Amino acid sequence: MSNSIQHSTHRKITISKTSISRRKITNYVMLGLCGVCVLLALIPLGAIMFYTIREGLSAINWNFFTELPKPVGELGGGMKNALIGTCALVGMSSLIGVPFGVLAGVYLAEYGSNRIANIIRFLTEVMSGLPSIIVGIFAYTVVVKPAGHFSAYAGAIALAILMIPVITKTTEELLKLVPVTYREAGLALGAPKWVVILRVVLSTAGKGIVTGVMLSIARAAGETAPLIFTAFGNQFMHKGFNEPIAALPLQIYTYAKAPYDDWHAQAWAGAAVLIVLVFILSVVVRAVTGGGKFNIQH
Amino acid sequence: MDTPQAISGTSQNERTTVIRSLIGSAKSRIGDRIFYIVCAFSGILIMAVIAGLILQLIVNSNLTISKFGLGFITSSVWDPVNEQFGAAPFIYGTIMSSVLGLLLALPLSLGIAVFLVEIAGTRLRTVLSFLVETLAAIPSIVYGLWGIIVMVPMLSNIIGGYLQNHYGDAYGDTVPFFYGPSILSSAVILAIMILPIITSISRDVMLAIPMSQREAALALGSTKWEAIKIVVSNARWGILGAVILGLGRALGETMAVTMVIGNDPHINASVLQSSYSMASVIANELNEATSAMHNSALIEIGLVLLITTFIVNMLARLLVWSVTRKRFAGGRL
Repeated sequence: MSNSIQHSTHRKITISKTSISRRKITNYVMLGLCGVCVLLALIPLGAIMFYTIREGLSAINWNFFTELPKPVGELGGGMKNALIGTCALVGMSSLIGVPFGVLAGVYLAEYGSNRIANIIRFLTEVMSGLPSIIVGIFAYTVVVKPAGHFSAYAGAIALAILMIPVITKTTEELLKLVPVTYREAGLALGAPKWVVILRVVLSTAGKGIVTGVMLSIARAAGETAPLIFTAFGNQFMHKGFNEPIAALPLQIYTYAKAPYDDWHAQAWAGAAVLIVLVFILSVVVRAVTGGGKFNIQH
Repeated sequence: MDTPQAISGTSQNERTTVIRSLIGSAKSRIGDRIFYIVCAFSGILIMAVIAGLILQLIVNSNLTISKFGLGFITSSVWDPVNEQFGAAPFIYGTIMSSVLGLLLALPLSLGIAVFLVEIAGTRLRTVLSFLVETLAAIPSIVYGLWGIIVMVPMLSNIIGGYLQNHYGDAYGDTVPFFYGPSILSSAVILAIMILPIITSISRDVMLAIPMSQREAALALGSTKWEAIKIVVSNARWGILGAVILGLGRALGETMAVTMVIGNDPHINASVLQSSYSMASVIANELNEATSAMHNSALIEIGLVLLITTFIVNMLARLLVWSVTRKRFAGGRL
């Protein structure tokens, strides 16, 4: 018995000695290649940031925030209408998306052990994988086609549909992280279930949910595709929400497609503002709330 | 029985009343009922939106569905003026650019995921994960802008210049080999855009592989790389899920692709030539499609895109779920 073990160990060592240097070299080469992959991935990130900030900073000035776009050939002008338009669109879509998203998340987490909830969970996954352009088509067929004109409402509905699955999924995940003992403690104190959910469970997961909401708002603020044939864009200030409205990403798109250098400069400025906006929303909020889902200790 | 009463300082009677008023009261039960209905309504709204979406796409593309049938997918003629519509060029462009982008992104993403999980320490992993996920936070319009103004001319100089230098003589100097807007350009942009998804899911899947597997491999005398190969092969289904999820994202990506693919509704064999994608043609033409037939054709392309991404995403979710579905720390009421 011990002899055979001795034998096999011996054989193993002799085999590996012949290839040990090759195996070691493979090891270091492959580990090195993994490091190279990381560096390669950081190049486009660095390049996009570098160009956007450099080109954006050279084109940005006070007028960018206070003036309307100028026609081709006239230098200057700004994106006041697009900035206000994006704020309006994101605000309206949050008004629709946040309450429905959070409540649907509560439903899945707190009442979600039945078949209908499983279907909804599945559809939430489907919804979060929907290409944004298709959500745009939906808003187009539901709002724009019957009304016969593009409108801010159509854009807001499209953005809200994109926000809901993100918020619902975050809410459900975070509520599930809240220990069941919290709920039991609340119920044992005599509070009804809805009070326990609102005052104990939701507020425990509050920071994380706020992070999720902010991330979804950041995503909505940068969306272009669903707005092209819903909000449509507007070179002037919108007079109401029942007509076409400008949005920062749409304005960047219009300017980027055009062959004029000063429009490209405006596009870069818009992109820089958009990136800063998205980063304040996602990065800073994540930092302030301590990474969202990892802030519940158990 | 006596001790808790002494501590709380209330009489048996008083406590019973308080408990009754809180737990048993009809008021709180009505509150529960209303709250449940509101929550359930929000959940059902999600079902309604998805159902409505599918229904709307089918109803609104009824014209072309009934006129062209399955020929819509196989025909490669896209002629809005003569009302001839075939989606083949767009399907071809979408699949070519997505799959090529996937092939570019996959080795990179796997390398990064391995580095994050197996090589980097916790702090470096956090920083690098953050940086890679920052790529995912950049809006696609910014990718498009960077792509059209910086990346496409750069690719055109490098690749076009190389081809011109090596093959220019054979075909004469006037033959343009590579303009820039092409399937290749959109594949590169898509690769950058789906890299964070594939990386972060592969990372999570690999983190879920038990440490004992690495320890066992190392204890048997394998090198670190050989241990990593075992981890990766055990995580293969999850990684495949991540890849398919990336594919789903690439198929539906609109803005960045529209800006760099060249928007040419013909099937060109070379990846260096321009093409068109399903999402791009919708983005470019839907708001100016005046004829009902054109409108319907574009919405039918949307329907095809929806079905494709739906199947792709479901496949991916099932794979990822089968590997990572076990995190459950809290509980339900």
